[in-house]
Amino acid sequence: MNFYGIRAIYRFEMARTFRTLLESVAAPVLTTSLYFIVFGKAIGSRMGDIDSIGYGAFIIPGLVMLSLLNESISNASFGIYMPKWAGTIYELLSAPVSWIEVLIGYVGAAATKSVLLGLLILATARFFVPYQIAHPLWMMGFLLLTAITFSLFGFIIGLWADSFQKLQVIPMLIVTPLTFLGGAFYSINMLPPVWQKISLFNPVVYLISAFRWSFYGVADVDVVMSIGMTCGFLIVCLTFVWWVFKSGYKIRR
Amino acid sequence: MNTLPTASLSADNVAPIMSVRGVNKTYAGGFQALKNINLDIRRGEIFALLGPNGAGKTTLISIICGIVNASSGAIIADGHDIVRDYRKARATIGLVPQELHTDAFESVWATVTFSRGLFGKPPNPAYLEKVLRDLSLWDKRKQKIMALSGGMKRRVLIAKALAHEPAILFLDEPSAGVDVELRRDMWRMVRELRAQGTTIILTTHYIEEAEEMADRIGVISKGELILVEGKQALMRKLGKKQLTLTLRQPMTGIPANLNAWSLELADNGQALVYSFDTQKEETGIAELMRALAEQDIEFKDLRSRESSLEDIFVSLVHRPKETAA
Repeated sequence: MNFYGIRAIYRFEMARTFRTLLESVAAPVLTTSLYFIVFGKAIGSRMGDIDSIGYGAFIIPGLVMLSLLNESISNASFGIYMPKWAGTIYELLSAPVSWIEVLIGYVGAAATKSVLLGLLILATARFFVPYQIAHPLWMMGFLLLTAITFSLFGFIIGLWADSFQKLQVIPMLIVTPLTFLGGAFYSINMLPPVWQKISLFNPVVYLISAFRWSFYGVADVDVVMSIGMTCGFLIVCLTFVWWVFKSGYKIRR
Repeated sequence: MNTLPTASLSADNVAPIMSVRGVNKTYAGGFQALKNINLDIRRGEIFALLGPNGAGKTTLISIICGIVNASSGAIIADGHDIVRDYRKARATIGLVPQELHTDAFESVWATVTFSRGLFGKPPNPAYLEKVLRDLSLWDKRKQKIMALSGGMKRRVLIAKALAHEPAILFLDEPSAGVDVELRRDMWRMVRELRAQGTTIILTTHYIEEAEEMADRIGVISKGELILVEGKQALMRKLGKKQLTLTLRQPMTGIPANLNAWSLELADNGQALVYSFDTQKEETGIAELMRALAEQDIEFKDLRSRESSLEDIFVSLVHRPKETAA
């Protein structure tokens, strides 16, 4: 194992975050605050409780997940796309590092960033709405698992993309709709039965449901099922990345 | 008894630090960039890979360094197969790429520290300081790379390649876009590295560079390694000398009784150029002089010139293939 190599990549990526502190941290915190003001305070004050949770508190887990998914994907996809775009990938390819080490460095840094950001958003939410966390350890577990899985997914997007447009297209056209329809702002039990069934095909539903369970002990879908789905997606992503590095697809000519 | 072996003996006896065996590369589009390349690099030498643009120099380097996969063939670097034993092989190699690919927002110090770590070496600030000082980069260590000039960026790339103390250093077109002063600096640095035991392989299409620095030269053209020779041997073997006589009276044609010498007219008949082989016992100069005197052809100046590597190179690359395809 090339630990110095992993550490070098991890530090490089973390340094990138701190260099762009304003956009990396301030922007998502601001966006989330706006959500709380609009949905939590303004609209939420006129909404009834969902599962006997106040609306403002109800949307907190969903909002954290929303940022976590977006940030994990954009951090990781940008992290590996930039060296490809700038040409500095030559160094990574010529270095004595294995694909698993490259992955730990990039995905580890991207996941670290998004977990820190998730916690920051939780802290920000405290200023707007009171909430409790029923299962803090599970909460951290879900946060980590989701951050790692979606950083991996972002890493794949970054490998696949050969233009900035492609880098944006999947997050914009697929991930954002899925998160909005994933029950961040509502319980899927509020939907008509047909849409409830359709929602079960949306992986984000499972993430948000399980995460909300760790806060309030209520879930739209079974928690075990949620963990299974997330792990399944993690394995699919890992397999794909393994194949990419073995075949050299889009990296080694 | 501890006698120093002669140059040729040591070169033949020492196991090569790198061997390339039967390497072929065909790109996905069907373009065959390399055809059956076989090459041994001797420990501690400066080897220049010479060839026109698109000859396959960068492809060969990229395969050795792990950036491009070979279609077939094997490469051993310092005793390690570059595919099966890639960790050990790559740890011995440093690469300075042709293009100025740098992390614009990083500082010089951060980027060399990163390179050292990436190649699996424990931190060693004292060593990195020495590398930066040798490259006149120490004063700029805190600057962002984007703020540096092109020449300085090239130095940063060299520093990155040296950060993990490689035994083999590849310099891909080190003089591309570099001013004269930096080129001289770089040559000096390369010689120092060689003196410290680093094996250096450089690609160039500047003959001057190969002539100035290389111990041995390989010529690559259209994906084939058409020649590998010691520089001196190459120049001796293929070297021609030219004798130029500046005439008092311009001539319109070469008199028939001078046909025994390969003569050409130059400068609108103002000069007579005689090409001869330096390897031959008889150069024919004395006879030519006598013949000119007999013809009453007078000249006011004469100078002779050895052909440069450039002349040799041009004749090699443009030579029709000796073996039928």
